[in-house]
Amino acid sequence: MGEQEAHEALARVVREHAGRLAACLMSLLGDFSAAEDLVQDAIETALERWPVEGVPERPDAWLLVVARRRGLDVLRRESTYRAKLARLQWPLPAEPDERLRLVFTCCHPALSRGAQIALTLRVVCGLSTAQIAAAFLVPETTVAQRITRAKKKITEAGIPYRIPAGRELPERLGEVLMVVYLLFNEGYLSSTAERAQARDLVDDAEWLAALLSNLLPKEPEAAGLLALIRLHRARGAARFDAEGRLVLLGGQDRTRWDRRAIEDATALLMRTARTHRRPGPYQLQAAIVACHAEAERFEDTDWHQIVVLYDLLLALVPSPVTRLHRAIALRHARGPEAALAELEQLGGALERYPLLHATRAELLRDLGRHAEAYQADVRALELTANPAQQALLEERLRWE
Amino acid sequence: MKYVLMFVETEQFAQDLEAMDEAGREAAFEAVGRWFAEHADKITHHTHLHPVHTATTVRLDGGAEPIVTDGPFIEGKEVVSGFAEIEVADLDEALALARSWPACPIVEIRPAS
Repeated sequence: MGEQEAHEALARVVREHAGRLAACLMSLLGDFSAAEDLVQDAIETALERWPVEGVPERPDAWLLVVARRRGLDVLRRESTYRAKLARLQWPLPAEPDERLRLVFTCCHPALSRGAQIALTLRVVCGLSTAQIAAAFLVPETTVAQRITRAKKKITEAGIPYRIPAGRELPERLGEVLMVVYLLFNEGYLSSTAERAQARDLVDDAEWLAALLSNLLPKEPEAAGLLALIRLHRARGAARFDAEGRLVLLGGQDRTRWDRRAIEDATALLMRTARTHRRPGPYQLQAAIVACHAEAERFEDTDWHQIVVLYDLLLALVPSPVTRLHRAIALRHARGPEAALAELEQLGGALERYPLLHATRAELLRDLGRHAEAYQADVRALELTANPAQQALLEERLRWE
Repeated sequence: MKYVLMFVETEQFAQDLEAMDEAGREAAFEAVGRWFAEHADKITHHTHLHPVHTATTVRLDGGAEPIVTDGPFIEGKEVVSGFAEIEVADLDEALALARSWPACPIVEIRPAS
């Protein structure tokens, strides 16, 4: 096993057990912050020792024993905690799966987005503070502070440990799915410099989406997000060339797409749509990606269908970025002039958005307006911080 | 848990209230009265503040003598116009109350003791 695989295997094991242990400790102790500290301690110990000693046969029992021992140690003055911790026994009950309560607490709207993301990664996925800091390229102390502050707020502001019900649920689920989606985006095409793809966060996002769609079978958007993530990942291998440069959809080698994964994710999406008949933004985005994924050649893409899906999406969630993507589809369905007319209306809202300028450049080039196209590419290059996107734009400028 | 809801008025809200006719203003006050009545079991105390032009501020950090000035402690377009102290189970219940508030457009929730 290479170092990378060993690392990923370790992440998988921790992810499978950390959240369950945290949820169980939380139920026992009734103290989110204390429960989380104990699990984090156990994880950090595991990350030190497992790579050397090997992953134990029963990793969940190992984590539990370390967390309990640590708990008895740090909480020894509180006799009620001692009595409660003594009840923590292996194996943890598999049902009910209380991790959903953890997720909703971590993604409570009274916490900032950054805190929601960091807490979810640490508490539900079992990442260490150092791993989160590395994934977001921020100092470890920043992440640690953010988590400490968030945990304090949970306790002091009385953020409850519960699954929202009734009218509250759709809105709160939206918040949770947004956190998972942002996590995926951060991993899939990082907006920060230095590395183009951070694989770990994409794994975590897919795992979280699968967990949510399992635990919330009545909510089609959770399955929609899972399908969306899987459809993107199925094409991941073709997104970069041998030199690590970004390859756009039209230029990708489609034989490198994972056809089997595409079929599975598309089937999941169809099943979800048929069962619930409640389309939502994630299901529609997944349907758009499925349209691309199903085409064997770029020329076979059903652009008219894609424009229709974008219209449905815009009716649910109006957004200038979505309109930009619709304009790109429009270029293929009706030609560059129609698309450019659409873009010119959007200019103000997306002035600082590199994809707007990159797209404008392509449309202008289609129409033979090369000088303006060059200017638009320069502007796009100024605005992007992603090294893969930068390389692509720089190459285009060299060829002018 | 005990929380304080701080009701915050904006300039726009004050102008809108000003522009209302007598009946409109009365309806707005009635809605507020109903809100307090509906949630009376959770509201332990509440205070309505007079308009901000009646405020006087005392600063004790300036030196030997406290400095007294006309006006609120911070000049802004958003001003606190009242408080309600509530006793509820958790932040979600406090949020539900704040969401149903029928008057000024901003409510800040703070845990209190």
